[in-house]
Amino acid sequence: MAEMRIGSDAVTRSAAASLLSVRDLQVEFTTAAGVARALDGVSFDVSPGETLAILGESGSGKSVTGQAVMALLPKPAGSIVGGSIVYDGLDLTARPVKDVRKLCATEIAMVFQDPLSSLNPVFQVGYQVAEPFRRRLGMGKREAWGKALELLKRVGIPDAETRIGDYPHQFSGGQRQRIMIAMAIALEPRLLIADEPTTALDVTVQKQIIALLADLQAETGMAMILISHDLGVVAQVAERAAIMYAGRIVETGPIREVYDRPAHPYTRGLLDSIPSAAEIGGRLTPIVGSPPNLLALPSGCSFNPRCPFATDRCRTKVPALRQPASRGSDHAAGCHYSEEVLADA
Amino acid sequence: MPKAAPTHQPLLSVSNLKVAYPIRSSVLRRIVGEKVAVRDVTFEVKPGETVGLVGESGSGKSTVARSVIGLIKPDAGAIGFNGHDITRYSPRQLKSVRREMQMVFQDPYASLNPRLTVRDLIAEGWRVHRDVVPRGNWTAVAQELMERVGLNPDYSDRYAHQFSGGQRQRIGIARALALKPKLIICDEAVSALDVSVQAQVLNLLQDLQEELGLAYLFISHDLSVVEHLCARVLVLHGGEVVEEGSVHDIFDRPQHDYTKALLAAVPVVRPWLGRSVSSSTSTHPERLTQGGTIAPNIQSREERNDIYS
Repeated sequence: MAEMRIGSDAVTRSAAASLLSVRDLQVEFTTAAGVARALDGVSFDVSPGETLAILGESGSGKSVTGQAVMALLPKPAGSIVGGSIVYDGLDLTARPVKDVRKLCATEIAMVFQDPLSSLNPVFQVGYQVAEPFRRRLGMGKREAWGKALELLKRVGIPDAETRIGDYPHQFSGGQRQRIMIAMAIALEPRLLIADEPTTALDVTVQKQIIALLADLQAETGMAMILISHDLGVVAQVAERAAIMYAGRIVETGPIREVYDRPAHPYTRGLLDSIPSAAEIGGRLTPIVGSPPNLLALPSGCSFNPRCPFATDRCRTKVPALRQPASRGSDHAAGCHYSEEVLADA
Repeated sequence: MPKAAPTHQPLLSVSNLKVAYPIRSSVLRRIVGEKVAVRDVTFEVKPGETVGLVGESGSGKSTVARSVIGLIKPDAGAIGFNGHDITRYSPRQLKSVRREMQMVFQDPYASLNPRLTVRDLIAEGWRVHRDVVPRGNWTAVAQELMERVGLNPDYSDRYAHQFSGGQRQRIGIARALALKPKLIICDEAVSALDVSVQAQVLNLLQDLQEELGLAYLFISHDLSVVEHLCARVLVLHGGEVVEEGSVHDIFDRPQHDYTKALLAAVPVVRPWLGRSVSSSTSTHPERLTQGGTIAPNIQSREERNDIYS
């Protein structure tokens, strides 16, 4: 597993081991009300066989990160205005969208939240799962159909031989997500980006889908980025976590260390907000206030109006991601007072 | 508002509720069969109590809520409110019952009229129930309610779209409170909210209950929220109550296989302190939905307590 190197200034060793290396990514959205900076200085690495969880609440920029990598930013509103996305030595930001899409078709795959709106309702699922084989590998109809059947079995569609001819509406939500995963892994991608893959599903199904993704990864050795708002869902399968707030990564590190010893007040607030069995009927400790408007971010650290540790320094100076004293070299937080946050626990 | 007097008389009592939706033929729309959504559901909610209704999609939890509030007519069974069977009520009689029974919906973006200001949204119920607040006081009382649910009363002339999701849900709660209800039905009321905001709204619901003696029928697919908030819990599966008990019984000593499977699937924030990830084949969807014998890694709350601590 490659270490996480943080911030463009902190890159000292080459990121040769990582498959995807995002550096100082800036994305802006032009809206009627002004320009919103959806991503501001986002940097992370993912290595083959590794799972990175990108976590955050709505509007934090976690989905935009995935869209930027896949060249799926809504046009013309969204655009990459700075930074680089290096995939296997290739800077995707410098390439025309057409090339990136071509690469994404075979090497980078994505699974979305809502499988029903991603599947075409008028085609049999077998046809849709076979499509990448036919379009990208030029396989014949019969051969591609056979491959599709294999995939449907692999992702756990029961009775796949007969169900392969069914239409999307004939499947349950969990089965549809399995079909989406089958399509995503069809061409054995080296990187899978799953954006809230289980959010629309019941808990029992959610658990199965996450386990399926973990199984597939163990089998194929692909790298995986799991984007989620749910800290619990990703905890079992991700090695590293990046917590996003208002377009920035505010904390990153091995997932256990981030959850067990959060060094950013926002991460801690998120963990404290989860109703846990330990305090039935007791009071929760929510984060005060609400997430900021990207069009009118507070000066300094974006989290300062909601932060119990905030001082004047936080209101003027944006904190850079740094390694808090006494923490491992791969744990970093974007807070002026990480040591105090850790000591206060 | 006075606190509800302690009483053993149930506020809401649902007995042997059955709701079935007709299945119609494709062209002539003739009724060719029925799909039973809820079958033989019986439970009570006492004044000031929080009862949780959990289950997965299709389990019938929303159907129960909609029949209690009178949006669906049940096919069989009785719904008693304050000792009266309201399934036999005329629409006129139902109107007075509905005042005491309010609902907070899941989607704060879809459930508020975009053309009304917050003040008008809160006052909407007073147009129907004329005797609650005299017209001259509408603005003042609406602003009081806004303050009570944690909204800035200066924003009473703003529209719903000018608020965030959590704030909109507060507007929904203020609307429900406006008619001084005894029971609030929360149908996935916090499910669409981000976790930090969800915690604020859960705290608000608890505060309001303490202050006003409200009873909640709390419907959610999120077991950790239900465990946090509810005193008693009903587990629905396929339209039937498979298990009912105190929150401790359900979460510490689940009896039914379905409850056990449901609890085992709840994501654990720090799994390294306990469970390991199970293989995708161990809990196959078919095994769960058929309600047969399921034996996943079952976990009682004692075990999970270690995990959370």
